[in-house]
Amino acid sequence: MRQTLAQRALIFVLGWGTALLLFFPILWMVLTSFKGEVAAIATPPQLLFTPTLESYVEVQARADYLHFALNSLIISVGGTVLALAFAIPAAYSMAFHPTERTRGTLLWMLSTKMLPPVGVLVPIYLLFRTLGLLDTRSGLMAIYALMNLPIVVWMLFTFFKEVPREILEAGRMDGARTGGEFWFLLLPLSLPGIASTGLLSLILCWNEAFWSLNLTSSEAAPLTTFIASFSSPQGLFFAKLSAASTVAVAPILVFGWLSQRQLVRGLTFGAVK
Amino acid sequence: MSTAVATPGLTAAAPPERRRSKFPLVAPAVGVLLLWMIVPLAMTLWFSFQRYNLLDPAVSGFAGLDNYEFLVTDPDFWASLVNTFVLVGSVLVITVGFGTLLAVLYDQPFPGQGVARLLAIAPFFVMPTVSALVWKNLMMHPIYGVLGSLARGLGLTPVDWFADYPMLSVIIIVSWQWLPFALLILLTAVQSLDHEQKEAARMDGAGALAQFVFITLPHMRRAISVVIMIETLFLLTVFAEIYVTTAGGPGNATTNLAFLIYARALLQFDVGGGSAGGVIAILLANIVAFFLVRSIARNLEA
Amino acid sequence: MATLALRDLRKSYGPADVIKGVSLDIADREFTVFVGPSGCGKSTLLRMIAGLEEISAGDLLIDGQRVNDVGPADRGLAMVFQSYALYPHMTVAQNMGFALRLARVPKAERDRKVADAARILQLGPYLERRPKDLSGGQRQRVAIGRAIVRNPRVFLFDEPLSNLDAALRGQMRIELARLHEELAATMIYVTHDQVEAMTMADKIVVLQAGRVEQVGSPLDLYHHPANLFVAGFIGSPRMNLLPARVVGADGAGVAVELPAGGRVAVPVGAGAARPGDAVTLGIRPEALRPDPGGALSGEVRLVERLGGLTLLHVALGGGEAAPVQIEGSDATRAHQPVRLAFDPAACHLFDGAGLSLARLARHPLAA
Repeated sequence: MRQTLAQRALIFVLGWGTALLLFFPILWMVLTSFKGEVAAIATPPQLLFTPTLESYVEVQARADYLHFALNSLIISVGGTVLALAFAIPAAYSMAFHPTERTRGTLLWMLSTKMLPPVGVLVPIYLLFRTLGLLDTRSGLMAIYALMNLPIVVWMLFTFFKEVPREILEAGRMDGARTGGEFWFLLLPLSLPGIASTGLLSLILCWNEAFWSLNLTSSEAAPLTTFIASFSSPQGLFFAKLSAASTVAVAPILVFGWLSQRQLVRGLTFGAVK
Repeated sequence: MSTAVATPGLTAAAPPERRRSKFPLVAPAVGVLLLWMIVPLAMTLWFSFQRYNLLDPAVSGFAGLDNYEFLVTDPDFWASLVNTFVLVGSVLVITVGFGTLLAVLYDQPFPGQGVARLLAIAPFFVMPTVSALVWKNLMMHPIYGVLGSLARGLGLTPVDWFADYPMLSVIIIVSWQWLPFALLILLTAVQSLDHEQKEAARMDGAGALAQFVFITLPHMRRAISVVIMIETLFLLTVFAEIYVTTAGGPGNATTNLAFLIYARALLQFDVGGGSAGGVIAILLANIVAFFLVRSIARNLEA
Repeated sequence: MATLALRDLRKSYGPADVIKGVSLDIADREFTVFVGPSGCGKSTLLRMIAGLEEISAGDLLIDGQRVNDVGPADRGLAMVFQSYALYPHMTVAQNMGFALRLARVPKAERDRKVADAARILQLGPYLERRPKDLSGGQRQRVAIGRAIVRNPRVFLFDEPLSNLDAALRGQMRIELARLHEELAATMIYVTHDQVEAMTMADKIVVLQAGRVEQVGSPLDLYHHPANLFVAGFIGSPRMNLLPARVVGADGAGVAVELPAGGRVAVPVGAGAARPGDAVTLGIRPEALRPDPGGALSGEVRLVERLGGLTLLHVALGGGEAAPVQIEGSDATRAHQPVRLAFDPAACHLFDGAGLSLARLARHPLAA
């Protein structure tokens, strides 16, 4: 489209302006994390300061940050692997051997995702208490796997659908049975799709803050719960809060940026590609 | 293709192949989801008709509709419903409105567009507890927050956000998180618009505004409705942001349905009352879910 | 080396019957072509033979053995797909060797077989490339190579040339014919293109709506179409079909009268034809020629000059324009009145039900 110089300048200013505005809290958080605790609450806020890593060191030393980070990692990866393990066979079967029930099954899976977690908080909490799963990694892992299973199945289904049927048929003509078809053809062909599905699941698990706040306290608490403990009013530790937050957010932000395209597909159940 | 039937789509053409051996592959996923859905759902329903308080095991038995009655006669419940709707409605208006405008903006080429877009969508990947605390402390703190300093710099009195405008503060935080989501999805939709369509419109004499209203908006309609429905589902149950900032207060100013249920069940240990709230939350979500599933199902046929 | 027998094969999707009882014998080393319009079921039939579609009823025999319940992997067939269906993540050599790898053939033997196939198809220089780095024709050859390597009992081709441009298609046609000769294998080939069917087939099977309309050699079908459908389908441009009325029938043929006037005595067996019956007279465009004394008259609507051939579209008494094909470059111009002559012996006659009346003289080349 032909635009005048003024229009182009306006678009540039607006585009970068809103981007910086939206990003500012994150930027400020990162900056604050490199300040000392005193500099962090200086008024007016300091833009120029001597960067220091002391907040990072202290978060680890005092609160055993790595313990929570490790919980986050284990629970997210575990939940994702578990979800994939259940989802891959299901999506394979529905994409390549559809029956008249397939459509209904897919939509039903989707609808389980619509169940608001608060609606079932009470029974899940009581079940967990009875089964001794409160504040355990495996408990949260199972919840996350179940929570994301519909999205994972759905996303894999759309990726598998893109593998040309004829290629798998050629494989069958070449003598491949279900196992070989999956291992030699489907897996390598849809690896990017499986990877981005896993990534989305990872992001969702990592950032989940309803079940983690309600079902974990210390032993199995992931970073979402750990960060929430900074909300206690005793003492303001802006720098330490920022340092802890920065480390908690950074990896997932990178993942999110890398997979933004596929994310749209997963988050909208394929309704927007 | 010489035969339409040779390439079954998902629906009509899917041949009822007699592949009994393949069906069990779906079974594990269906099985666990079925358990995950039915067991808690049944328990919630059951509890909602029971007298059940964790602190007072002596009180038990069938409660009939008492829990519901207690709930609907409780002003806190109605306040929480109002709060829920205010929160959902405001965030929807803000995110979808600005999201649409920003999507069109980021569809235009400008220097550094890719990086700007990455920065703009970043808030979506920040975990809710972090975004809530960063806003509460680094941004909105009346003394040490950036907004307070900004106000002082302009000669104004800093606002004590969470004391004076608690709901607005929560709305701002939640909108900040979900605006990037709307932007991400709506931008994808805008970019899938066939450029020849816009060019054809220009040949027909449509200006920029007319193009937006008659070409771009209708094209985005489906994506917008999907964004609205998905956001609604999540926004109905906003929890962590409230939990770490206001804890539902002051008073019940920011208690939404999700927080109310949490407070009832896990703070006051009233399982029956919490479950009754849960049933209502499920009903609410189902109304939205019905429309969402229908619109996605329509898409399956395409 | 294999023979195939189809015994009343049927396929239905729910209540919809797609293949409605096909019986056919395919001899060893025969090149059989299934041809028909879109949706006639030819691909489905091929896929049933391949084992990719289940057979709803009837028997499929390969070398006399019933294979209905044998999976595609175990039927010993190879298939070349319309989209080629090459494995995009494998090199050309890996693509061709995949079946052998699955069959746990030792690597040395595998490599030798792949090299042999590559030599036959002139794919040697491309063995380490991936499909996306190949041209359409090369991909096509890899797909064929993948079939050759397996040394299958029967080759199946599902419209393999339809994604190629016209020039390449002509070239591949010749290569396939050469390959058939070199491999001396049984081949079944599906196409909607009658030129492919005519040029390559030993035996053509014309299908329509899930039924076999006629089975025969190319010239058999051209000179002795069994019915109106085959007459219209085989031959390009299409055979001209003119309504006519029987005025007499004897041992020398059937005399018909055209609505525009003019009588023709067509040398066909009278069968059940009686004077007064409505019939259809079929004349191929190449059997018509402009002649001032011709029996048909009309106006030239359009002239298509192809150089070696000239096509006149002649409106005969108001109906749709009938194509007339003339050798060489003809001087006839559009909007000119013209008279057309033809040899009655080159005509076809179809009864009210669309079945052809047998021509008295069989064409010497039509087996």
